[in-house]
Amino acid sequence: MATDITPSSSPTEITDPSLMFTATEQSRKKQLMENIARAIFFVMTLLMILPLVLIVVYLFVKAAPVLSPEFLFTNPAKGMRAGGIWAPLLGPIYIVITSLLVSAPIGVLAAVYLNEYARASWFTRIINLAVVNLAGVPSIVHALFGVGAFVYFAKMGRSVLAASLTLAIMTLPVIIASTKEALNAVPMAFREACWNTGATRWQTIRGIVLPNSISGILTGIILQVSRAAGETAPIMFTGAVFFKAISERDVFAYGLFDRFMALSMHLYQLSTQVPGVPEALEYGTAVVLLGAVLTVNALAIVLRVYLRSRKRW
Amino acid sequence: MKIITNVFHQLGRWCEPVIEGIIRLCGISAIIFVFGIFFFVFREGMGFFFGGLDIVEFLTSPEWYPTSVSNKRYGVLALVAGTFSVTALAMVLAVPFGLGAAIFVSEFCGPKLKETLKIVIELLAAIPSVVWGFIGLTVMNALIIKIFKVPIGLTMLNGGIILSLMSVPIIVSIGEDALKAVPDSYREAAEALGATRWQVVYRVLLPTAKNGLLAAVLLGVGRAVGETMAVLMTTGHAVNMPLGPFDSVRTLTATIAAELGEAAVGSDHYRVLFIIGVLLFSITFIVNFVTDLVIKGIREKA
Repeated sequence: MATDITPSSSPTEITDPSLMFTATEQSRKKQLMENIARAIFFVMTLLMILPLVLIVVYLFVKAAPVLSPEFLFTNPAKGMRAGGIWAPLLGPIYIVITSLLVSAPIGVLAAVYLNEYARASWFTRIINLAVVNLAGVPSIVHALFGVGAFVYFAKMGRSVLAASLTLAIMTLPVIIASTKEALNAVPMAFREACWNTGATRWQTIRGIVLPNSISGILTGIILQVSRAAGETAPIMFTGAVFFKAISERDVFAYGLFDRFMALSMHLYQLSTQVPGVPEALEYGTAVVLLGAVLTVNALAIVLRVYLRSRKRW
Repeated sequence: MKIITNVFHQLGRWCEPVIEGIIRLCGISAIIFVFGIFFFVFREGMGFFFGGLDIVEFLTSPEWYPTSVSNKRYGVLALVAGTFSVTALAMVLAVPFGLGAAIFVSEFCGPKLKETLKIVIELLAAIPSVVWGFIGLTVMNALIIKIFKVPIGLTMLNGGIILSLMSVPIIVSIGEDALKAVPDSYREAAEALGATRWQVVYRVLLPTAKNGLLAAVLLGVGRAVGETMAVLMTTGHAVNMPLGPFDSVRTLTATIAAELGEAAVGSDHYRVLFIIGVLLFSITFIVNFVTDLVIKGIREKA
């Protein structure tokens, strides 16, 4: 019976078999609605992305006059109104490396605890809540903490070390979260097989779990590098300064207890605190910062895609 | 050879409890740091909190004159209003776009486009806040002056737009996770009944993923409340009770960032900034706690 399988809700009988698969009023309306919805969501997505791409292109165009190797390797000069960005460029490299030396081991081990040792209990829930909260603490509050705890209480003064430790605590929760995800992706059967050969918990973690998740852990840490390099608020009062001359082309120019210049802070100062800075200099600083962060990020993404394609399970 | 392996074996047996101890210690580090942050920030502000600060005036007065010579007044109401007005404006803009984009990425586009969009969104989330601030200061400022014919573009509107652009990526990625968590059998059942994609989204996915989407929005709120550099550079920095989107406002975070460098260490002004820090910490703590409860609600239902 033709009428039985027609998706029409119209009560009239369809007698002509050629009309059987033509759209009814209702299904046409349905299809129209569908297309409208798809178009609206597509436009929303586009509106979110397109202006930003345009803005980034605009920044690059404006910065073009100053972008050169010389810009990168000379110190700012004439009260920031000339010269390059060598000192501010080197600073973040120092604090990112120092902060990772602290946050990466603690973060990875904390994730190991949460994923491999902790049982589902109220205590584990509190730890997880603490991790989420730590991730949600505003960056400026981290700065206040750094000032109170490291600069004054621990008497480190405003230094590379104090800023790095502040940044380390700030990046910790995100390293924990990404590492946990990587550990979680290792199938349970791998661990069970290892336990069955008589290995202890730690031997299993060292021999099976960590080697199988190292790529995911590294990707998470690299993503953190890019985030830490661009932060301004936490280092503003814990070590970054308005100006500090260092010797050019010397990569070991900063000491652990020195104050330093940072690219992000430099951009803030140039654009709000110093009058009469040539426009191209501001845009150049912004573009170098943005370019560095996006490059590191893209690197992590490429690494992730590559490693995922090689995964054997 | 046998002796060496034996030594290693013994060493391993002795080391294991030590290693496990270290791992446990790292495991609770997050709790230690959360308390540490509260303790040290409060410790710096304590002297003024217990000695001299009128807490009622602090919370209800819009008059913030910390450097006045004759009559210092510490009221943060205008700053709180600034924070919430900018956040609210940002959310009005970011929530529809964020959720719309999340639905498009999760339900409407093909796998290739989906991967590309997710990578772009991830890159957007990585742009440093000071660069956002710079964009607001230069590009957005000029645009607002041109489009709305106002004398100055560093206003609540500017801050709101920049903040919304900053919080959209987080809303999209968490929202997309929430939609992905809805079992495929739900979609299949709906489609088998003849529903179109839009009907599936509207009738099945949105009601099911409601809590996850709410959590995405709350995380966006948390990020917007705590954002410092971008609002510092874009909102105009005048202590005002905000009346409209073209007013200059100042937020709690921006106040700390702008004034901490100038306040003498140990002065009342310096201490009151730390008390603002405690206030901010408490606000984000509550937002995060509610988010956690919402997410827990999802898990228990599933």
